Amino acid sequence: MEQSVEATRQLVRLRGRSYVAFVFSPVVPIVGWLEEVDATIARSPGFFAGKPVVLDLSGVDLSQAAIGHLVKNIEQRNIRVLGLEGVDAEKLSPELPPLLSGGRNFLVQQAEVEKREAKPASLLLDKPVRSGQSVVFLEGDVTVLGSVSSGAEIVAGGSIHVYGTLRGRAMAGVNGNSAARIYCQKIEAELLAIDGYYQTAEELDEKLRSRPAQARLDGEIMKITALN
Amino acid sequence: MAKVLVVTSGKGGVGKTTTTAAMGAALAQAGQKVVVVDFDVGLRNLDLVMGAERRVVFDLINVVQGIAKLPQALIRDKRLDNLSLLPASQTKDKDALTEEGVGRVIAELRKSFDWVLCDSPAGIERGAMLAMRFADEAIIVTNPEVSSVRDSDRIIGMLDSKTVKAEKGERVNKHVLITRYDPGRAARGEMISIDDILEILATPLIGIIPESQDVLRASNVGAPVTVNNPASAPARAYHDATRRLLGEVIAMMVPNERRGLMNLLRGRRAA
Repeated sequence: MEQSVEATRQLVRLRGRSYVAFVFSPVVPIVGWLEEVDATIARSPGFFAGKPVVLDLSGVDLSQAAIGHLVKNIEQRNIRVLGLEGVDAEKLSPELPPLLSGGRNFLVQQAEVEKREAKPASLLLDKPVRSGQSVVFLEGDVTVLGSVSSGAEIVAGGSIHVYGTLRGRAMAGVNGNSAARIYCQKIEAELLAIDGYYQTAEELDEKLRSRPAQARLDGEIMKITALN
Repeated sequence: MAKVLVVTSGKGGVGKTTTTAAMGAALAQAGQKVVVVDFDVGLRNLDLVMGAERRVVFDLINVVQGIAKLPQALIRDKRLDNLSLLPASQTKDKDALTEEGVGRVIAELRKSFDWVLCDSPAGIERGAMLAMRFADEAIIVTNPEVSSVRDSDRIIGMLDSKTVKAEKGERVNKHVLITRYDPGRAARGEMISIDDILEILATPLIGIIPESQDVLRASNVGAPVTVNNPASAPARAYHDATRRLLGEVIAMMVPNERRGLMNLLRGRRAA
């Protein structure tokens, strides 16, 4: 009995994937342009090392030999040319990098120096917070140089400081920070909350109304005291 | 440079259309070329207050849709040469207003007028948003009562965030206009005080218009109150507000109780 085993076929899977490449657009005179490239490399050596570069030849009119010469010049500077664009296909030869098309512009950030931006731990608002506006700042304290209108709300991971009248809602310590406090120059708040424990305007002591006050959490009880 | 000014409030019925007509006419009387534009699609009133309701052929929506050209839709006021009206549509939906279309119309109006006054509808929906979108200045009409003040505050917040100027990082010049101020009720402490209103709104005051029967009489006749009865208290207050808008510095007069001549005489006799 003859068993014919069919050779399993390996399917060639073709997938698309996009990469981001720097585009060099040489201009006339080429020598001057190459000097600019050298200057860039001098400023940040190793910047192009390992980064694929595409040569956009639409700004110059080069013969096949001249293109080969230019590519060699670039590669001598330790820059690998991934492909060419902006040139007729007839001018290219198999030794040259392939012709690319359909490139889309991409904003590349020249992060030559890694700037470590200090994360802001406090938000400062120098305008009043209007009715209907909602300020959410989970990373830390919120300070308002103005009033917070009725119908507005401030949500902070830290404390809330209002240099004005607090008429809206203030919710401090929303990330579980029970040590957060709420301060204001005039307390007429609709709702105060610290770490989820809240108190509405109705429960506010009449004697405290319209006076400078601070609210803090004592266990599960919100203590609101006058500041003067 | 033309100025686009939106007359808005948030709350309905506080006097936006009255103010647009009164100040539009006052500006025209001061020599400015003014167009008043009604953005209240479906509930238009500016044409009534201006007395032009029988001359409306084309409206703002027609111009936005390209059915009519702007000069075809503009209605010139019969009393003041340099005052024109661009009415709203009564039959169409406010969804017919597009931002791009409104932008086009406003840009065209800027070319031929000194002032483009946009009468905003009440609320914070599309019509109100489009009326304020292209504004350089704003008058926030507020009644001295709590719900109007809160709604005005909301609108001020939107002027600072939803206008083209705000998106570019510039500021819309805002002014509060207190209307329907009743001195009797103020004296009895029944109205929120002017100081409290200004403290809550944190925006400069441009005028205080007293409550008056003259406003109703003027709209019934189809004329802005500044044209119908220029000597009346609201008309004088509107004229003051207009002069402040044009940059003059005038002391703010809080309206007090009107003592008619008969009352004065009666008072003397009693003494």
